[in-house]
Amino acid sequence: MADVLEKITAIKRISDVFSANRTLIGEGVPEWVNRTRKPALEAFQRMGIPGFRTENYKYTDLTRLFDNENFRRFFKPEDFEINLNEVFSCDVPEFDTHLILVVNGWYDEGGNRNTVYPEGVIVKSLRKAMVENADLVEKYYGNLALSKDDPLTAMNTLFAQDGVFIYIPDNTHITKPLQLINILRSEDDLYVTQRNLIIAGKNSQAKIMFCDHTLMPQQFINNNLTEFEIGEEAVIDIYSIQNQHNKTASLSGLYIRQARGSQLVTNAITLHGGIIRNNLKVLLDGEHASAKICGLALSDKNQHVDNYTNIEHIRPNCQSDQLYKNILDDSSTGGFTGRIHVLPHAVKTAAYQRNNNVLLTNAAKMNTKPQLVIDNDDVKCSHGATVGRINDEALFYLQARGINEKEARLMLMFAFAHEVLAEIKIEKLRDVIDKLVNKRLRGEVSKCHSCAMDCIR
Amino acid sequence: MLVIKDLYAKVEGKDILKGINLTVNAGEVHAIMGPNGSGKSTLANVLAGHSNFEVTHGTITFNGKNIFDMSPDVRAKEGLFLSFQYPVEIPGVSMVNFLKTAVNEHRKYRNEKELSAGDFLKLMREKKAMVQIDSQLTNRSVNEGFSGGEKKKNEIFQMAMLEPKLAILDETDSGLDIDALRIVSNGVNMLKTPYNATILVTHYQRLLDYIVPDFVHVLYEGRIVKSAGKELAFELEEKGYDWIKKEQGE
Repeated sequence: MADVLEKITAIKRISDVFSANRTLIGEGVPEWVNRTRKPALEAFQRMGIPGFRTENYKYTDLTRLFDNENFRRFFKPEDFEINLNEVFSCDVPEFDTHLILVVNGWYDEGGNRNTVYPEGVIVKSLRKAMVENADLVEKYYGNLALSKDDPLTAMNTLFAQDGVFIYIPDNTHITKPLQLINILRSEDDLYVTQRNLIIAGKNSQAKIMFCDHTLMPQQFINNNLTEFEIGEEAVIDIYSIQNQHNKTASLSGLYIRQARGSQLVTNAITLHGGIIRNNLKVLLDGEHASAKICGLALSDKNQHVDNYTNIEHIRPNCQSDQLYKNILDDSSTGGFTGRIHVLPHAVKTAAYQRNNNVLLTNAAKMNTKPQLVIDNDDVKCSHGATVGRINDEALFYLQARGINEKEARLMLMFAFAHEVLAEIKIEKLRDVIDKLVNKRLRGEVSKCHSCAMDCIR
Repeated sequence: MLVIKDLYAKVEGKDILKGINLTVNAGEVHAIMGPNGSGKSTLANVLAGHSNFEVTHGTITFNGKNIFDMSPDVRAKEGLFLSFQYPVEIPGVSMVNFLKTAVNEHRKYRNEKELSAGDFLKLMREKKAMVQIDSQLTNRSVNEGFSGGEKKKNEIFQMAMLEPKLAILDETDSGLDIDALRIVSNGVNMLKTPYNATILVTHYQRLLDYIVPDFVHVLYEGRIVKSAGKELAFELEEKGYDWIKKEQGE
């Protein structure tokens, strides 16, 4: 009974926070945005905080996290006075990106001033876009991430005030990667809500990186949700690098719809973080769309990393290919659930999934679960999951050539990880991440040398 | 160089080696022959330090040092090299990175400066030419997708790169066609100096047509039951191992 009681408490507390700040939360955004909050509140109260009993969250129990949470929330943007150039200078000078800065979930105007985008491209605060680009935002906001389906989506929608809005017009190619840096900094423990909306037009091309950083040692919960519409024949790469300290809970959702002939690559690299849950949903909603979906997570101490993917094959002739890998050290835990749903008319579907994991200690634990729902006969589907240790014969081979055991282990772990990194198409980014992963495996602080963001504490 | 005294070893609780005595000096080539299951590969793996093989009795000294005090990588850096019977494929570890790390670990052990990238590639080119390994192989992951012959050539190539004092070739001839056998043997012969030594583990005499041994030992049921010059190999080729078994009272 006590368990149930606690859950009611967390639901009530969060509902109360919303009620008490309702006016502030709704300020400055159009009425149609605020109208989404009521159903979100109802959905949240119905589903509650996801825990072991929530089927889709059975590997990540968030009840304890929320039971102890009484964090500060900002319902108005603060003036952080961050000079982007001081905070962030990338290690590789040639690695030139359009920088977009988000601080505690709020789009930072000061940090994003100097970038010049191709004609017609819009990059701005979602809050602003709700007013200034109401036609676009209203059409797509809340279309892909549904409060009724997921408690974290419900919580995000309930508190959503700001984040990033990106619009890429038809036939527009952005050659420089867009780099969206999420910074968490606060003197108090902080709960952050971030909501992003990205629309990529027909035949557009862009590469988008999400970099999550913590600047201060406080505890953070970051509920971060992105909806992404990909137009016909568009080519989109999405990379995310999660590098936060171990007192951070990162609860993120990425909801994508792909139109006909579009090509998507996603690659989620998790280097550090306390509790990490990544929800990824991809709707293959146009013929001949393809999605390559990858993830690599390196965890140690008591970290927890859970990737949940849900690929919906709605139209015929689409292809999805998933590759997720985890290396788990100490008593870290991990989860992977790969749901593939092929709908009745989605014939000639090719859907592949692979999840390989290495446990470095007896205390580390990995849960992996493929979930294939196939509603027609004309499909090619495969899935495979492995949980193992470092290959002893390979280890001995390297040692027998004079390489000490520690170095040999590192070489093998790096080799294991590299298969995922090889899918990163931006060569400079791949090199940077290669180095970060190598440092991470060596237990060294994995950040670029000159980057002022001291992520790991 | 290598002195093995009264060596006993177990694999998975089963006694395999039952009192091996063997001395190998610089400049010598020893062939260890014997029927399947006699303990040849066990001996090779015990020398290299594989953890599946448990030594229960006896001593091995290499360059006057107790080999049991050394981890496999230290044995390698002291100059011991095992050419594997079944070289393992290691996807994701590039040949270049692997060999560069190995060569520099050896150099660090000898208090020498690590090779620059340029010098390393130069060394690699020289040695590749020497052992006639296909240039493309070094652009791949270690042994990944290599044919049986390519794997064995790759072992000899690594041997050329590391220049060991004592090379143990475990069934290096198995699975090789005549051309590959010639290339591998040429490599071994070219690498031979008065200062290093070779142990050939094989059950065919064929390899010994190409690499001429100074001594031939017959290993049977975990012990060396016969030692002689190269003429013993011909005798074995002619008569098989049965007469040895008979001599041993079976």
